[in-house]
Amino acid sequence: MHETTKEAPAGGLWSGGVAPLGTSSKKLGMWLFIVSDTLTFSAILLAYSYLRLANPDWPRPFDFYPAIIKSTGMTLVLLMSSLTMVLGVAAAHRNDRKATVKWLLATAACGATFVILHMTEWVTLFHEGYTPWSNPEGVPLFGATFFGTTGLHMLHVSIGVLYLLFIATGISRNKFTADDVEVSGLYWHFVDLVWMFVFPMIYLMSIKLR
Amino acid sequence: MSGHGSESGGHQAGSTGLFVTVWVVLAAVTGIEVLLGYMQLVPVTMLTILVLLSVFKAGLIIGYFMHMKFERFSLFLALIPPTLFCIMMICIFFFPDSLRILTLGTAQGLK
Repeated sequence: MHETTKEAPAGGLWSGGVAPLGTSSKKLGMWLFIVSDTLTFSAILLAYSYLRLANPDWPRPFDFYPAIIKSTGMTLVLLMSSLTMVLGVAAAHRNDRKATVKWLLATAACGATFVILHMTEWVTLFHEGYTPWSNPEGVPLFGATFFGTTGLHMLHVSIGVLYLLFIATGISRNKFTADDVEVSGLYWHFVDLVWMFVFPMIYLMSIKLR
Repeated sequence: MSGHGSESGGHQAGSTGLFVTVWVVLAAVTGIEVLLGYMQLVPVTMLTILVLLSVFKAGLIIGYFMHMKFERFSLFLALIPPTLFCIMMICIFFFPDSLRILTLGTAQGLK
């Protein structure tokens, strides 16, 4: 490897420096985290798929109301938050700090709404006897996979909400740049992306049949 | 940020209208998925269709919301194919049992 200066390499796409692959280091770092997290969720969802299909007595606890209505609503809320995030990143690139903070707060609010709805969904399941270790059907794997996967995703959303609030505070105090907003946006869209797999694979595969 | 300056124009690619269109498509596919959930398909068929639709949605999110479509192609090459390769490897490590996923449940009817 050759020596690189502190400045961006003149034309070498692969030569590293501050903009490897034409991307800022922060952004590339977030992308690499996303790749690793993708593999975590892939392994979890693959293992879940295997267990779900292998077990003919897999519980189907999700009624149209409240579970499916609520989880569909949660999906739309999360999708909406991706749209507000995109608008926030666009505002940051326009150097419109006020609009950036507004969109970031809207995104965080959507994320918080998602977590609250998800919590109430969990409580409903608890009341029906579905816990991480047992359920009326006697298939503890359901609880392990359902609460494990959705719990890990909920943790990502919760961390994302705090992350967005942190970035919004920094932007309003003129401490962060558009690049920081874009990097937080990558994380947020990834959280949305994971839910696009979790929702159909876990909720829609276990709808209560009449 | 001098080396980054030429890229910043690219980051702003995509208008609000385009993003709203992508959003509407994502919401519509979600609606289709929910309807599919109520069709009594064999679980493996259902899971296959749902995962394919989700991969389509993931592509839209990565391409437009995460701006991958507007980045340099080399960034895409550095990130996406290796990730897909690793996911394939997760499956391949469980050969021949990983192929059983195609027949699991099919003999058990609509459960």
